[in-house]
Amino acid sequence: MEPMRIPPFETFYAEQKDAVFAHLRRLLGAGAEDAFQETFLRALRAYPDLRHGRHLRAWVFTIATRVVIDEARRTRPRGELPEVAVEDGLPPHAELGPLTDGLPPKERAAVVLRYGFDLPYDEIAAALGSSEDAARQATSSGVRRLRERSKRS
Amino acid sequence: MNTVPARLDDRFRAAAAAGGLLDVAYDVVGSPVGDLFVAVSNRGLCAISYDADAERQIERLARGFGSRVLRSPRPIDPAKRQLDEYFEGKRQRFDLEVDLRLTRDFGRTVLEELGRVPFGEITTYGALAAKAGKPRAARAVGTIMNRNPIPIVLPCHRVVGANGSLVGYAGGLERKQTLLQLEGALLA
Repeated sequence: MEPMRIPPFETFYAEQKDAVFAHLRRLLGAGAEDAFQETFLRALRAYPDLRHGRHLRAWVFTIATRVVIDEARRTRPRGELPEVAVEDGLPPHAELGPLTDGLPPKERAAVVLRYGFDLPYDEIAAALGSSEDAARQATSSGVRRLRERSKRS
Repeated sequence: MNTVPARLDDRFRAAAAAGGLLDVAYDVVGSPVGDLFVAVSNRGLCAISYDADAERQIERLARGFGSRVLRSPRPIDPAKRQLDEYFEGKRQRFDLEVDLRLTRDFGRTVLEELGRVPFGEITTYGALAAKAGKPRAARAVGTIMNRNPIPIVLPCHRVVGANGSLVGYAGGLERKQTLLQLEGALLA
């Protein structure tokens, strides 16, 4: 099968911008605007290196999540991801937001990407800037932590 | 409310252009001869089209110039301003870099010669062919005019048949006539 052609950036942006913005709003609330711009500027820089047009949603979500993690590291070196903005009619990833509140940022991102967005581990690894093994480990230790927490409560 | 606010959308489009991250920036601008699709690359004006259907245009530009094609009004501003002045009768020469990198050989030579045909004057396909070094290539020049990537600024409307008939125009003969009347080259 021929690999899917890469669309003009305008087409890609028009198709993904609202979903990316909603994702960032859930993770960052009002802080989503700067992260939105940074996400698509990074996507523009990386765009010429794309090999095919498959999984563009997952691709841009990993960039967005990476932006959130970088931002969290920069502003609160040992803190947690900021409060999650909660909305009505929650999809799985939104429910995972408050649920994973209090996990270390990397584990939280891994759990949300795996179980909220159903991303494969190689893409989670790309989002976290780590190896696939490290992504698996972060996910499972995040899940373990959540189990222990629910036992205690 | 989870759609991107217009203000944020504008900000991103401006930042993308300011960061030098685009292969092509474009916008659609109004004019007395209808909406014009206008696009610039990092080397200059690379497309004007009477077909303002952006989707069709950007596919074509992405194939020719690179995939990073984005609507971004600011880089278009100088071209838009000069076009406005031209249509208001305040400008006779365009002072804009043009990017003809997708044309080559005789086609490019002809378009470069075309750029020297002055405001308000008319030339013929044969005369233009001769100027480009191939006096007998009038027909080929017709084809090149028909595919002119930057009409108005490269004034293919000033090229007519040897007998004075308007012959043809990619934007339709009515537009050709309007432009020539605006320049005073045809009686209104």
